[in-house]
Amino acid sequence: MIINNGDNIPRFSIAMISATALAYEILLARLFAIIQWHHFAYMIISLALLGYGVSGTFLSLFSSHLRKQYAAAFIINIGLFGVALLACFLSAQRIAFNAEEILWDWRQLIGLAGMYLLLMLPFFFAANAIGLSMMVMGGKISRIYAADMIGAGIGSALAIALLFYFMPNQVLQVLAALALASTVIAWLELGLPWRKSLIALGSAALLPLLIPSQWLELSLSPYKGLQQLLRIDGTRISKTLSNPLALVHVVESNTVPLRHAPGLSLHATTEPPPQLAVFSDGDNMTVINKATTRREQLDYFDQQTSAAPYHLADADTVAILGAGTGNDVLQALYHEVPEIHAVELNPQIAGLLTGEFAEYSGNIYLKPQVRVHIAEARGYIARSQRQYDVIQIALLDAFGASAAGLYALSESYLYTVEAFEEYIKHLSPDGVLSITRWVKLPPRDNLKMFATALQALKQLKVENPEKHLMLIRSWQTATLLVKKSELTNLDIEKIKIFCNQLGFDTAYYPGIDAAHANRFNILREPVFFTATTALAGPAGAAFLQQYKFNITPATDDRPYFFNFFKWELLGELIDLKDQGGIPLVEWGYIVLIATLIQAVIASTILILLPLAANRNNRIARDKITAVSLLYFFSLGLAFLFIEIAFMQKFILFLHHPLYAIAVTLAAFLLFAGMGSYYSKRLQSRIGYLASVRLAVSCIAVLGLLYSISLGALFTLFLASPITIKIILTLLLIAPLAFFMGMPFPLALGAVSENRPALVPWVWGVNGCASVISAILAMILAMHFGFTLVIISALLLYLAAMWLFARLPLPKAISH
Amino acid sequence: MLKPITHCLIISLLVYSAPLFAEDKYTSARLALVKEINADVQETSLYLDKEALDPRVMDALAKVPRHEFVPLLQKPYAYQNRPLPIGHGQTISQPYIVAIMTDLLKPKPGHRVLEIGTGSGYQAAILAEVVSEVYTIEIIGAIGAQAEEHFKRLHYRNIQSRIGDGYYGWKDAAPFDGIVVTAAASHVPPPLIEQLKPGGRMVIPVGSPFLVQHLVVVEKHADGKVTSQQILPVRFVPLTGGH
Repeated sequence: MIINNGDNIPRFSIAMISATALAYEILLARLFAIIQWHHFAYMIISLALLGYGVSGTFLSLFSSHLRKQYAAAFIINIGLFGVALLACFLSAQRIAFNAEEILWDWRQLIGLAGMYLLLMLPFFFAANAIGLSMMVMGGKISRIYAADMIGAGIGSALAIALLFYFMPNQVLQVLAALALASTVIAWLELGLPWRKSLIALGSAALLPLLIPSQWLELSLSPYKGLQQLLRIDGTRISKTLSNPLALVHVVESNTVPLRHAPGLSLHATTEPPPQLAVFSDGDNMTVINKATTRREQLDYFDQQTSAAPYHLADADTVAILGAGTGNDVLQALYHEVPEIHAVELNPQIAGLLTGEFAEYSGNIYLKPQVRVHIAEARGYIARSQRQYDVIQIALLDAFGASAAGLYALSESYLYTVEAFEEYIKHLSPDGVLSITRWVKLPPRDNLKMFATALQALKQLKVENPEKHLMLIRSWQTATLLVKKSELTNLDIEKIKIFCNQLGFDTAYYPGIDAAHANRFNILREPVFFTATTALAGPAGAAFLQQYKFNITPATDDRPYFFNFFKWELLGELIDLKDQGGIPLVEWGYIVLIATLIQAVIASTILILLPLAANRNNRIARDKITAVSLLYFFSLGLAFLFIEIAFMQKFILFLHHPLYAIAVTLAAFLLFAGMGSYYSKRLQSRIGYLASVRLAVSCIAVLGLLYSISLGALFTLFLASPITIKIILTLLLIAPLAFFMGMPFPLALGAVSENRPALVPWVWGVNGCASVISAILAMILAMHFGFTLVIISALLLYLAAMWLFARLPLPKAISH
Repeated sequence: MLKPITHCLIISLLVYSAPLFAEDKYTSARLALVKEINADVQETSLYLDKEALDPRVMDALAKVPRHEFVPLLQKPYAYQNRPLPIGHGQTISQPYIVAIMTDLLKPKPGHRVLEIGTGSGYQAAILAEVVSEVYTIEIIGAIGAQAEEHFKRLHYRNIQSRIGDGYYGWKDAAPFDGIVVTAAASHVPPPLIEQLKPGGRMVIPVGSPFLVQHLVVVEKHADGKVTSQQILPVRFVPLTGGH
């Protein structure tokens, strides 16, 4: 029997478990985005994290047995974590689950529940190991929590680093090996005798690395674009690349050439040249066009709605935001633009056209008139000192995912009012911003884009903003044109000629009448015309309110452009289930609400279960229990509210989403870990209550200060190099996170002295609250903005401070 | 002595007549589905600009055994008004959408129709009931072979099918009175517009395999002018009105 009295804190193994668990959480988000879609990834992972809550319940119910066997239980749970981490994902991806069938077929819910349960297991075992340590080593909770947080901080950076060097499924192997290696560290840290078992554990840690790669192959949904294309005889993957941004596949076909030309005019007579398909995460197909010497093969670039800006003015300088595999660049080259700035976030995608497929593409990214910038689009424009004749935002997302509202949960700083202001400011005096999106019925994106442009022009104090806008549409795509100067009659005439020739409709231009809005691609009602003219008119605000979809412009504080959901509409669409209503449901938001409901129900059960099991016990009826519940629940909510909200603020500052997530998440967790470590010392000097009061006061002051001043500070450092920005980010996060790391271990320490039986239970409460917090933060941000999320967090911290005073504190040191 | 023989006879009768009972069950389910679609269309009439669909289309829906075009495991659901998976990442469309798409083609008995994306073969079978010639092309070998098998078994002699790239249509059989493009298309291939007769109509569902968002009807007018209509097959007021 392995016996340990809990004197040695296994801090390194705890840090390793935390690091691995957090890296696993980030990895799961990538893996599910690849095999399913982003929004279901979100739901599955959120609920899997309830494994932390389950652990609290489990530890509460079996605390007496586990205490006696601490060392064995600790090591076994780590081992099970390592095994489950790999086995549960591999099993979960084999469950036949099709998100699109849920409303038709209730059996899909069984598959979904199966995924939750499987993926909950690794987090359950990891949380058991940490929670158990807190339970056994009550007096050293601040150090354990510090190791937990610091480990998690390292894990967040580790996940992103690993994803740069390995394929996502290989990262799974590495994490499993790391988790199993933690058993060896734990063995040594707990001072257990040197035995053969140690060698066995060490050897076991190597096993995940020896698993054949075919066992670990990702099983993508058969309805994803990549899988659909690969079913065609003669198609094959010619290259696979991966980084934390995306898993990229290049697909070629020997028999059936690809021909991707969204929005091509029905009047077009020539077909596009042969192409290679490029998929990101198995979907969102773009193409690399094969170089051709026959210019007429590229004529199709002038037969799409996205060609409109080139008919408005002679463009000398063009910026393509989201250049991808160069289609819009080729369109600009076709229109003989002498200076093209191609901005692409993913270096691997741009690298395809400067490396292996450069020749195939006709070296378009190597042409003297093309300059490729690897950067986030908004950040590139914000830093740019130039003015552009055309700023083109490319159409990169797939219609299917976009139409089903699957991007509703993705924050996008590309389509906010502030972003549009930035674009317009960077246009030359007669420059044009051009944005092409899919046509959806009833219209959503195109109208929201129109409303956003209108709002941006108003905020820039442009007179008659409605005279700067044009919207044209084909049966498939619509292009919004925003001109910096007022559109002239000549401009309008040029676009009308372009549209007439190609059979596109003008949905809006200053002075348009209904007769010109619905001639070639006929809708039962000219909805694009009526909506845009209403938006541009005096009753625009009322129209926004009354429209059945949410087309209120997104802002940097509420960066959810793709959320079109309105509650009023849901019932109507469900009633129309059999009459084509289901496809119009905006899924993203519903998934978010469904996730919240499931999390709340599961959390309630998990929290109440140990109390119900001990209902004869004093603890279940104790007022202290209720106060502890509220305290730890408030803390769980507040910590993640602040972390999530500030992460969004820093994304906008650092621009690059990877830097932002890696830096802010790691910084929050590391500094919170340090705060936790220091909290014990602080408490021994000034007592529990004063320590919590000090920590919460500092959080409140810093939180408020940041809410008010971050915007101005970010503007000041906008053009600074990324290293300076990262240092500033670390300096800003450090004090806030440091104090945020204190209230939890302080209270847990106090509880452990007075009500040790409550320790595992409040550990579970905190786990449940963290899951609910992440979901609730997003819902609040969608409706009210991230600033409100921060304010809510500060209020929750203040409430926690008030509650803390109502907890029984160890008398000798409470004052 | 007679008892075992009687039992055997009864059991044999039950076993051999089971398909007949099942067939009866399918027929009544199919008729119920047609009734349901009729009611749905009536409710959506304002948006489809008609009170009812072409009776010939509805008759075809009542006649074509949808359960023969779905995999065994999906047969119990064959007459539910919803899309079903048929394997290989493909689906059989929602009958309500199939009915509307067929009706939008304005099919006449002497018509020749091309289908790009055979899939299960169900849409082609419905077309075969209302026009004289159906040509259908499937790009995925396994799916195309399965559909051909269905056509043979169900004796659809007016359906010509082949496996291949639908981008260039079916030149030898062109021009067509109607074209249905059920395969995902990033654009309408120019050769298909060429192969459409003046006055002909092309129908394209837009959306994902399970969720058809709206329908596009491309019309080639007598003067060669090409226009499109976008149709939302839903009883839904898109702007600011009520239900």
